[in-house]
Amino acid sequence: MAFIPHTPADVEAMLAAIGVPDIQALFDEIPASLRVKSLQGVPTEMNEMQIGRLMSERARADGRPLCFIGAGAYEHHIPAAVWAITTRGEFYSAYTPYQAEASQGTLQLIYEYQTMMASLTGMEVSNASLYDGASAVAEACLMAVRANRKSKSMRILVPRTVNPHYRKVAAATAGNQGLRFEEVAYAPDTGCTALEVLQKCAAGDDITAVVIQQPNFFGQLEDVDAITDWAHARGTFVIASVNPTSLALLKPPGEWGTKGADIVVGEGQPLGVPLSSGGPYFGFMTTRMEYVRQMPGRIAGRTVDLSGRPGFTLTLQAREQHIRRAKATSNICTNQGLLMTAATIYLSLMGPVGLERTAAASHAQTRELVAAITTGKGVRRAFSGPFFHESVLLLDRPVAPVLATLASRGILGGLELSEHYPELGHALLVCATETKTQADIDSYVAALADVMQKARAA
Amino acid sequence: MSNVPADLRYTRSHEWIRNLPDGTVEIGITDHAQHALGDLVFVEVPEAGRSLKAGEASAVVESVKAASDVYSPLSGEVTAGNPRLATEPEAVNTDPYGNGWLMRMRPAAGSATEGLMSADDYLKFLETEGG
Amino acid sequence: MRTAEKVIFEYSRPGRGASDQWPPETPAAATADLPASLRRARRPLLPEVGELEAVRHFTRLSQLNFSIDTHFYPLGSCTMKYNPKACNQYAMLPEFLGRHPLAPESHGQGFLACLFELQEMLKEVTGMQAVALSPMAGAHGEFAGVAMIRAYHRARGDLARNEIIVPEAAHGTNPATATMCGCTVREIPVDAQGDIDLQALRAAVGPNTAGIMLTNPSTLGVFERRIEEVARIVHAAGGLLYYDGANLNAILGKVRPGDMGFDVIHMNLHKTFSTPHGGGGPGAGAVGVAARLQPFLPIPVVGREPPGESGAAPRYRWLTEKDLPQSIGRLSGFMGNAGVLLRAYVYMRMLGREGMSRVGEYATLNANYLLARLRQAGFDAAYPQRRASHEFIITLRRQARDLGVTAMDFAKRLLDLGFHAPTTYFPLLVPECLLIEPTETESRDVLDAFVAAMVQIQNEAEQEPERVTGAPHTMPVRRLDDVRAAKQLDLRWKPTA
Repeated sequence: MAFIPHTPADVEAMLAAIGVPDIQALFDEIPASLRVKSLQGVPTEMNEMQIGRLMSERARADGRPLCFIGAGAYEHHIPAAVWAITTRGEFYSAYTPYQAEASQGTLQLIYEYQTMMASLTGMEVSNASLYDGASAVAEACLMAVRANRKSKSMRILVPRTVNPHYRKVAAATAGNQGLRFEEVAYAPDTGCTALEVLQKCAAGDDITAVVIQQPNFFGQLEDVDAITDWAHARGTFVIASVNPTSLALLKPPGEWGTKGADIVVGEGQPLGVPLSSGGPYFGFMTTRMEYVRQMPGRIAGRTVDLSGRPGFTLTLQAREQHIRRAKATSNICTNQGLLMTAATIYLSLMGPVGLERTAAASHAQTRELVAAITTGKGVRRAFSGPFFHESVLLLDRPVAPVLATLASRGILGGLELSEHYPELGHALLVCATETKTQADIDSYVAALADVMQKARAA
Repeated sequence: MSNVPADLRYTRSHEWIRNLPDGTVEIGITDHAQHALGDLVFVEVPEAGRSLKAGEASAVVESVKAASDVYSPLSGEVTAGNPRLATEPEAVNTDPYGNGWLMRMRPAAGSATEGLMSADDYLKFLETEGG
Repeated sequence: MRTAEKVIFEYSRPGRGASDQWPPETPAAATADLPASLRRARRPLLPEVGELEAVRHFTRLSQLNFSIDTHFYPLGSCTMKYNPKACNQYAMLPEFLGRHPLAPESHGQGFLACLFELQEMLKEVTGMQAVALSPMAGAHGEFAGVAMIRAYHRARGDLARNEIIVPEAAHGTNPATATMCGCTVREIPVDAQGDIDLQALRAAVGPNTAGIMLTNPSTLGVFERRIEEVARIVHAAGGLLYYDGANLNAILGKVRPGDMGFDVIHMNLHKTFSTPHGGGGPGAGAVGVAARLQPFLPIPVVGREPPGESGAAPRYRWLTEKDLPQSIGRLSGFMGNAGVLLRAYVYMRMLGREGMSRVGEYATLNANYLLARLRQAGFDAAYPQRRASHEFIITLRRQARDLGVTAMDFAKRLLDLGFHAPTTYFPLLVPECLLIEPTETESRDVLDAFVAAMVQIQNEAEQEPERVTGAPHTMPVRRLDDVRAAKQLDLRWKPTA
């Protein structure tokens, strides 16, 4: 019996101790009409060898194409030590650290993680993770509503240059609590959010927060200083949604404008978490100390024990669901602890130099890719202005068939943007990270040129 | 045994009210409430100038095991929140009726303390309902 | 057990690093296009340590933890059963691990087949008509469930239905979720037997009732015997029934929420389906619905195209807003915690239909055995006249009153004796309680050892109570000053210089 250690002798002795004749008697409180007869819809059991074979076949069917897609999930080198340690049973099969004395490993790790994320984002305090970058934006908007005392409108300005899935998740998550999300158009030449356009959207009204993604979904770099100062001058909170790898090279949100962003969130996946078809990832959130009590999620703090020895514990729990119940800052309970663990180990192995080199190499490879592709016929950059490690290209023909042909040759050429940005025309978002070699880039460029040339001839 | 000063008024949600000579009132939480919460780690008081309606959540008291709203017993305008509590939240535990006051307010016309419980009534309330 | 470990920053030395993990340095020209005004001026505070130092540090940290792999972990309602290594190994096959979420479906049929079959198996074991896998935790699944209930009523023009009924013993996520969905909460009492007070329920339902959130077995560890009547009352009033699947382990393979009358459920894959707790996550809160809520499912959901010519393999694809225009929307940046879903899939395939029923049976056997032995040893059950489900409550109210030793003290002393404590002080209804869930993967020997430990602590409580009230004594730290942690907030390491 899979995972069940009982022998018939065990069962007999246990039933005797309870005082029932058989296991079925233990279900006598359940009305007979409700008891399941059989589960024919579930296949018969498999042993480990059999399931191993099935999973290997399915994995093989999916293969390992060469990937040039970014759009919120980025392929970076992950040192072997990261997951070797993260999957240690003591981390993998531990519970939430509510019994602090039995969880000092996890709690100290959270403390170290909080330190790293606060510094990386230029803010004062971090939580111990949220579900992902998308839900983190939703939580940040809810937090802004709580923390921005000067504002009552619950209106949030969200540029269209913010990841489209993030915008949808924010609406689905926070729409039921009265928040109103208002889209802001981007400038067609730069692919960035212009201050004048923000100003027009806001008019003279009370706006609770504005969300700025940096780099934005197109890979373009927004004018974060001007937007931050504009927002603060009118009592609007600034929510920054950022790529953590980029922060090794780019100014962190805590240093945007004069006062810095108010709440910083993002997708932590680039920090040691594999692509794994979209999850599990983790969302990060950092903020100023003055808003710490409005921040959702768990927080670990250092204190002392009865003997005066330093130790770590979850703190500020009175904000959370298990105490505050209906008035909690959020309903979040389980978070993404294991992924936060991996990220902490990753950041420790990369350190400031490794992370900076990863960011620089990724940017360099994307520049190389874009430059090489755009020398060919029928491809040009969509936007002018600076970008970071992702860029939008415009093709002279529909993108989907081109991508399909490339895929059949083992190359995932990027993300077609027609679903979310039909106004761009034949647009393709491409990304290259430090994992792509010159040879990889060359094969992509050659394959694309070939595919487009054949399509032209047809 | 809970300390319940005779000269104050009380609510069912364990707030006390003191009439001050200048016509304003001072509000805090009772000894029973501070004991139930445990050591306070954080107190949030309303800003001067804020208008409150009777029954509206006006302050938050937070211990390690609970964070509770404090409801305004009267309608009116806040004249002050206790500045001491920003650095010394434990004053609510050690001196709930003195230095641990939460806020002062000017009651709106028609809003009065007469409808609130006397010390005797509050004591009876504690015995029966336990709070 | 090891004792302590420095904070990693205390190992940092300038210039140290795991340099063979880094890409080569890029020439400055390659990043010269980044505007100076947007560039980072000062390096972030990250450790500067070699690879072996980092490995030692984190390995030593792990050794400060209790975990299922090392300790019996009878946390009530958490279902700390063995996390099979096979689930981890096969979910982390390189092709699954390296696949981009936006890779085309043509390059994901293996992955999508696993997810589709997982949906189908979950439907079968819960008796629901459709399943969505994207919510990333139980609380997230709850949010989806309540949002669907609300969407259902609004789609029918029933805008007044904004009230969610919750038993007073409910887990804190239930009322928190209701609020997040823009609903109000109405609590109803539970009777002395642990069942819902039906009279109070009849009084509470009405034209404002959106639905009721229930766990069955309840958080008190007992089966809600009149669940069919509860369903009748709520449905008759126009409300829907939501099932919190935290306790599904008790009835897996024996009873199905769909058969009990529930309209929507969430499952905790990290409990019932054995995906790892990971020190606080990731979980997965898959939701299942009855037919009338199917249009509102959160997207994306895996769909299967009908097979064309005979012999052609089925084609799987994502169903999105176009397929489900009334969906409550997207709750995840991509498609939820995919790697967790793969682990649950492997687990369910290994169990198969034969194994599913054994889960409920042996979880209940273990709980009832442990309850019987503890009662025989003199401990007080909170609901002595009821069968345990997969968990039960012991109350230490008598020990607290007579000996001054509390449930918290017992919990801390258990740590010294090599057991993770059960859940303490939840549910709030039972004073000085321990909510104990052994799960089906523990052997009789472990359960007997736990009883022996509890007996030892009881003896200590009677003879030298300070041994218990001052516990733990042998852990890396003794009891921690929570008040100081909340008042003198030290939430990040700072360099002293």
